[in-house]
Amino acid sequence: MGANDMGPVGQSIRRKEDSRFLQGSGQYTDDVVMPRQSYGFFLRSPHAHAKIRKIDTAAAKAAPGVVAVYTGDDLTGVNGLPCGWLITGTDSKPMNEPPHPVLAQGKVRHVGDPVALVVAESAHEAKDAAEAISVDYDVLPSVVNCVDALKAGAPQIHDGAPGNKCYTWALGDKAAVDAAFAKAAHVAKVDIVNNRLIPNAIEPRAVNASYNRAEQAYTLYVSNQNPHVERLLMTAFVLGLPETKVRVIAPDVGGGFGSKIYLYAEDVALVWASKQANRSIKWTCERGEAFVSDAHGRDHVTHAELACDKDGKFLAMRVITTANMGAYLSTFASCIPTILYATLLAGQYTTPVIYCEVTASFTNTVPVDAYRGAGRPEATYVVERLVHQAAVDMNIPQDEIRRRNFIRKFPYATPVALTYDTGNYDATLDEAMKMADVAGFAARKAESAKRGKLRGLGYSSYIEACGLAPSNVAGALGARAGLFEAGQVRVNPTGGVTIFTGSHSHGQGHETTFAQIVAGRLGIDMANIEVVHGDTGRIPFGMGTYGSRSLSVGGTAIVKALDKVIAKGRKVAAHVLEAAEADIEFKDGKFTVAGTDRSKAFAEIALAAYVPHNYPLDTLEPGLDETAFYDPTNFTYPAGTHICEVEIDPDTGLTQVLAFTACDDFGNIINPMIVEGQVHGGVAQGLGQALLESCVYDPDSGQLLSGSYMDYAMPRADDIPSIKVGTKVTPCTHNPLGAKGCGEAGAIGAPAAMMNAVHDALLGVGVKDIQMPASPHRVWRAIQSAKA
Amino acid sequence: MSVQLSLTVNGKAVKADVDERTLLVEYLRNQLALTGTHVGCDTGQCGACTVLVDGRAVKSCNMLAAQVNGGKVQTIEGLAAADGTLHPMQAAFKECHGLQCGFCTPGMVMSALDLVARHPNADEKKIREELEGNLCRCTGYQNIVRAVKTGAAAMAK
Repeated sequence: MGANDMGPVGQSIRRKEDSRFLQGSGQYTDDVVMPRQSYGFFLRSPHAHAKIRKIDTAAAKAAPGVVAVYTGDDLTGVNGLPCGWLITGTDSKPMNEPPHPVLAQGKVRHVGDPVALVVAESAHEAKDAAEAISVDYDVLPSVVNCVDALKAGAPQIHDGAPGNKCYTWALGDKAAVDAAFAKAAHVAKVDIVNNRLIPNAIEPRAVNASYNRAEQAYTLYVSNQNPHVERLLMTAFVLGLPETKVRVIAPDVGGGFGSKIYLYAEDVALVWASKQANRSIKWTCERGEAFVSDAHGRDHVTHAELACDKDGKFLAMRVITTANMGAYLSTFASCIPTILYATLLAGQYTTPVIYCEVTASFTNTVPVDAYRGAGRPEATYVVERLVHQAAVDMNIPQDEIRRRNFIRKFPYATPVALTYDTGNYDATLDEAMKMADVAGFAARKAESAKRGKLRGLGYSSYIEACGLAPSNVAGALGARAGLFEAGQVRVNPTGGVTIFTGSHSHGQGHETTFAQIVAGRLGIDMANIEVVHGDTGRIPFGMGTYGSRSLSVGGTAIVKALDKVIAKGRKVAAHVLEAAEADIEFKDGKFTVAGTDRSKAFAEIALAAYVPHNYPLDTLEPGLDETAFYDPTNFTYPAGTHICEVEIDPDTGLTQVLAFTACDDFGNIINPMIVEGQVHGGVAQGLGQALLESCVYDPDSGQLLSGSYMDYAMPRADDIPSIKVGTKVTPCTHNPLGAKGCGEAGAIGAPAAMMNAVHDALLGVGVKDIQMPASPHRVWRAIQSAKA
Repeated sequence: MSVQLSLTVNGKAVKADVDERTLLVEYLRNQLALTGTHVGCDTGQCGACTVLVDGRAVKSCNMLAAQVNGGKVQTIEGLAAADGTLHPMQAAFKECHGLQCGFCTPGMVMSALDLVARHPNADEKKIREELEGNLCRCTGYQNIVRAVKTGAAAMAK
């Protein structure tokens, strides 16, 4: 199927969901009010690391409006939070998985660690009462840096993780890499800090949990990206409940970016407490609280080397990384700096051998997990900074060194466990260079120089592995869950169609994109299609939305269910039209007897299936409602080239992003407008990382210094330019939509493009090494140091 | 202590008794069930709670309900026509794909109305400067800027 021959598929249809969002009638978790509503507030640790000697809750329990106060001691029968991915170390031992209690048990390990839950008649009363709780802490020394945590004498955070080590893991042929380096004409080297980020979806996390005594069942509204996974982890691993007794609803969700994938302590505590207190309990995270409790992202320290022959052909890559896990293992923390990182180090290049070694450490910081891109931005940053450095060292143009090393034969098996099915990296590089007017750059640089400004151009030719994932591959790599997706197509008696998808939309526009697919396949009006997501009570199953998987995996599950609907429709049509099933064609919304003008509209066949007066009941069940589960056979591999142009004022160190161009290959595109919007947002987050954002902990006290929007620099409208977006299409070869995924590309490609541009701009003034974010202070100091 | 209020919200007169520390946004969301006005931070930085008070854009998390006594408040719920026709600014956000998750959107639209009232012919640079008080994590602002420009042009007709 091509992208443009199926009705609305390929069109920039305006979004169905926008009408409610634009009129204030979206329903986010904090908007939900339950019967017998009460409100929760979590008292959190003010210390990075401390023993709890005693907690006195008596005054809080007596405070006005208080329903209940719970501490870790009260949560009997509640297990700790699980990690969903087992990493086996180079020592062949499983990673260290110290307990992750729901409420602190005897010790707190980061600022923000939840210590007690207060439930009261109002949010104000819950907060007031929490102030009356007295906690006697014995403050311990803390460590926040992932490298420092591994040093001898560092404060020991968990009994179960000696030396604060979670694991050392490796991928690739070390001996072959060492041999290739020994023969190299040139070795490019970079030392990189991939700065820690705080996701900051604008809707803070929120929970509304209730318990129904008649049904002995819980209902949990939660701002979450994968309600079935939330339910599975909570019931099977933490609360020991049957899944049938917990309904998880993730209604409208105001952004996720990875931070709402996880099973959080607050979710579990509130579900548990709703039964204890026999009240519905709502908790909405305050922003200051989100900064110290939402899983953070990135935080790698890396030394990387690229061996080249005399022509700049890559011979081998060696990457040694330390990754910060934070104080506890969040749901998917362990796989981000390993499975989703080292496997991407081939990038778009034919580097024949690669070795990557990763040590993950525990620190007294908020847990770190997936944030938009998750491992792949970190990998791209390593690869593209190395490639840039090699080109500079060897005096080869940036586009030329990339072209000399591009993969051009597919399928291509990389030395780091993946097989790329398809791609055309020259096409996206060529187009990006045209769009960015690289030819005119020298003149623009000269013009900047006249004004005393430094202009630079940076490239990032990224690749990502999306459409997570083939379950068998994920399982072999340590995943403790499958990664398929479910889709159900319910054709209603009068022809309207309800789609139930296990994917979850928190801004991606699935209600529109999925409806376009269905309208295209069934030949019906989009207005007659409703897409339902985010409710374990209504949807067969789901693995949710992350890793740019919704269209390629979730969309394909819907296509498979549609195939079943059409197959059954043909049987019904054969009976109604008194023809052989083999002669029935389905096209343009009609079942037709081939070679005749005898046909029935889709809606007529749907009605016949539900009013089976004239129906082959002996061979066919009535009804038209089909479900499919789809497990992909491979990852998808979106790729592209991003080009960034910056101008730096050497007197102030201020970096301005003058232009940003993204040319991406996402495979077939269903809705170009939505795809372009995803690229805009991803690039903004990538530029945020490179230009502005940085999570900073005080190394002595372990306090979060960037704990509000006044201290953590979120990209604002006047910080970034309008970007140019282009696409090239090589369809994915292994899903029927030919789709690859687009949600993370911007955040993956942009940081390296911008930082390469900054390095290019500063090359002439002798600055060789600058880390993200390229803040004015940091750039100015680098310029001054180079002068000295 | 409670405070007695009387004000106009989306053209309707309302009276209420509120706890004196009640923020305007809490009053709108919890007592009037106008949940289109959102809370995204606690430092007046994100702008998701922006409403119009006496025609001026105000962050309703930074104002006590008591301060609006006697005033006129307009929220996102009060913009569309009675027959459901979107206000030109709302329509422009839809047309230009100026929203993704929708959470910052009501605040963005209300800020945009204030912006257009003061600068009906704002160019991209001006619009970007003026939207500095509203955070969006999804769109990269590009389509929001386009929407504000398109909405302003439609409002001028």
